[in-house]
Amino acid sequence: MFRKPALITFITAGDPNVKATLEFLLVLDKYSEVIELGIPFSDPMADGKAIQKANVRALKAGTKVRDVFNVVREFREYSDTPVVLMTYYNPVYRMGVERFVREAKESGANAMIVVDLPLEEAVEYLSVCEKHDMGTVFLAAPNTPNDRLKAIDEASSAFVYLISLYGTTGARDKLSQLAFDLLSRAKKICSKPLAVGFGVSKAEHVRELIKAGADGVVVGSAIVDIIGRYGEDAGDYIEDKLKELRGGLNF
Amino acid sequence: MKFGEFGGMFVPEVLIPPLKELEKAYRELKDDEEFKKELDYYLRNYAGRPTPLYFAKNLTEKLGGAKIYLKREDLLHSGAHKINNTIGQALLAKFMGKSRIIAETGAGQHGVATAIAGALLGLKVDVYMGAKDVERQKMNVFRMKILGANVVPVESGSQTLKDAINEALRDWVATFEHTHYLIGSVVGPHPYPTIVRDFQSVIGKETKRQILEIEGTLPDAIVACVGGGSNAIGIFHPFIEDKKVRLIGVEAAGKGIETGKHSASLCAGKKGILHGMLSYFLQDEDGQIATTHSIAAGLDYPGVGPEHAWLKEVGRAEYVAVTDEQALKAFLELSKTEGILPALESAHALAYAMELAKEMSRDEIIVVNLSGRGDKDLGIVMEALSCSANQL
Repeated sequence: MFRKPALITFITAGDPNVKATLEFLLVLDKYSEVIELGIPFSDPMADGKAIQKANVRALKAGTKVRDVFNVVREFREYSDTPVVLMTYYNPVYRMGVERFVREAKESGANAMIVVDLPLEEAVEYLSVCEKHDMGTVFLAAPNTPNDRLKAIDEASSAFVYLISLYGTTGARDKLSQLAFDLLSRAKKICSKPLAVGFGVSKAEHVRELIKAGADGVVVGSAIVDIIGRYGEDAGDYIEDKLKELRGGLNF
Repeated sequence: MKFGEFGGMFVPEVLIPPLKELEKAYRELKDDEEFKKELDYYLRNYAGRPTPLYFAKNLTEKLGGAKIYLKREDLLHSGAHKINNTIGQALLAKFMGKSRIIAETGAGQHGVATAIAGALLGLKVDVYMGAKDVERQKMNVFRMKILGANVVPVESGSQTLKDAINEALRDWVATFEHTHYLIGSVVGPHPYPTIVRDFQSVIGKETKRQILEIEGTLPDAIVACVGGGSNAIGIFHPFIEDKKVRLIGVEAAGKGIETGKHSASLCAGKKGILHGMLSYFLQDEDGQIATTHSIAAGLDYPGVGPEHAWLKEVGRAEYVAVTDEQALKAFLELSKTEGILPALESAHALAYAMELAKEMSRDEIIVVNLSGRGDKDLGIVMEALSCSANQL
């Protein structure tokens, strides 16, 4: 679904408000092959401090699921860059899987990641996504066994998201060896594009992962941290960070 | 394994292998004679099982209806039923070769019971507790520390029990190789609701034996409070096939369901997914989880165990709700008539049972699970009564 090597960037929708989100999306668009847009949730249990706080800011600003769809729709007036919605399962379940996927698709989203929906629980979701031509992305972790990795690859129509470490999202100083081990295992097993995320925050990380064969690299918390710091005025600072990260793609 | 459509394993991918490891270890262990002997040894000689099934004669006579029996889990070491589960899971953790256990706690009862099990069995203990609860429950924080546990205040979200669970899960995602997450109720992803239920079922098994010994018949109704629902499942479970026994779970109506300040997820919630399970949750139309209220910290949780959701769905158990005020009244009533201070959680069950008893005949029998003792709640009760001192 994307040009390789890909810089995949993440922000939480509605952080610090929906208007700023559109502005940030347009900045991300200039430097990203894919944009991941997080749907804010009250209990983001797979996320570290930075994204937890982003969720709190977005919900405090009154962001609704409908607002997230609307901002994607507005973004589509400017750009065709693939947008992947990242969400926990409860907002999807509450709205109804069918309706959520259909409306997300109609708004212009290309794929979805549901953080707490493993394959075991995804039967209905998968058939609904197929029906509405919504791309699917499942996560794999360093402790995911090979047979499971294969099943994840098969269920992921857009790309496979490789988690680089044991832990939550959040910028880390160094990449873990686990990331490279998983990547080399996945390269042998998977047929879909492979994106690596969690803890990726520097150009040097991007470069190392792309060199090791990743098709894409996801950067989230490092950008969200900037929004935490500068709020609505974060646009220029995000742009600086993206230029730096982009440097990691050229070697 | 699911309970109808409820339960499941709604967790990030990284937790799937540790949950499967746990499931496998538990399956191997649960019928192992050696393990059963060891668990039984500690429950009997350390925790104080079996607990009495006490006929509350004074209360029964005062109400003039059905006979009320109290299952005295409040007499257990640590003062509540929580220890049935913590000793069981701590032994399981040791069997799996884990050197550290982590737990969430609201008021601190499960945290204390985990700290006790950790001290007893030589495991390192870290307890996650919402920052607001740390502030409200200083004595239990101190108690855990004395017992050698480390208490980690959780500053995220609403800074209460649900956030403590989130934080414990975040810890576990990074540490599962050497750490066991010791969940305190029949909630969370499979296999936790089953494991905790099995360890708590000792309550119902004893109750059945005792009531048959005393009365020669099964009770007409069993009443227990429901937050996550572990004490209720513990006493209900051995009676599920005995269709003539009414099973009644009592949730916290807080300041009244209509005020929105409550934690009655079965009575007023909608189906949803949180903490790894499909169940009933208090939430808004976008699926954002609501903040809850109850005078009883142990009931102050926006969800409920999936087996309760299923028992409600199939109509095997009934679920009702009782307000802070009714629970407080029951707390005082039992203290005065029987000389027993019930935990405010258990006082919810008692409040409903007292109403029910009046509508039933004198030869009928109600068993109330007195899941914990009320000493821990004296501060809260004192504060609540200060506005209306004449209640004493």
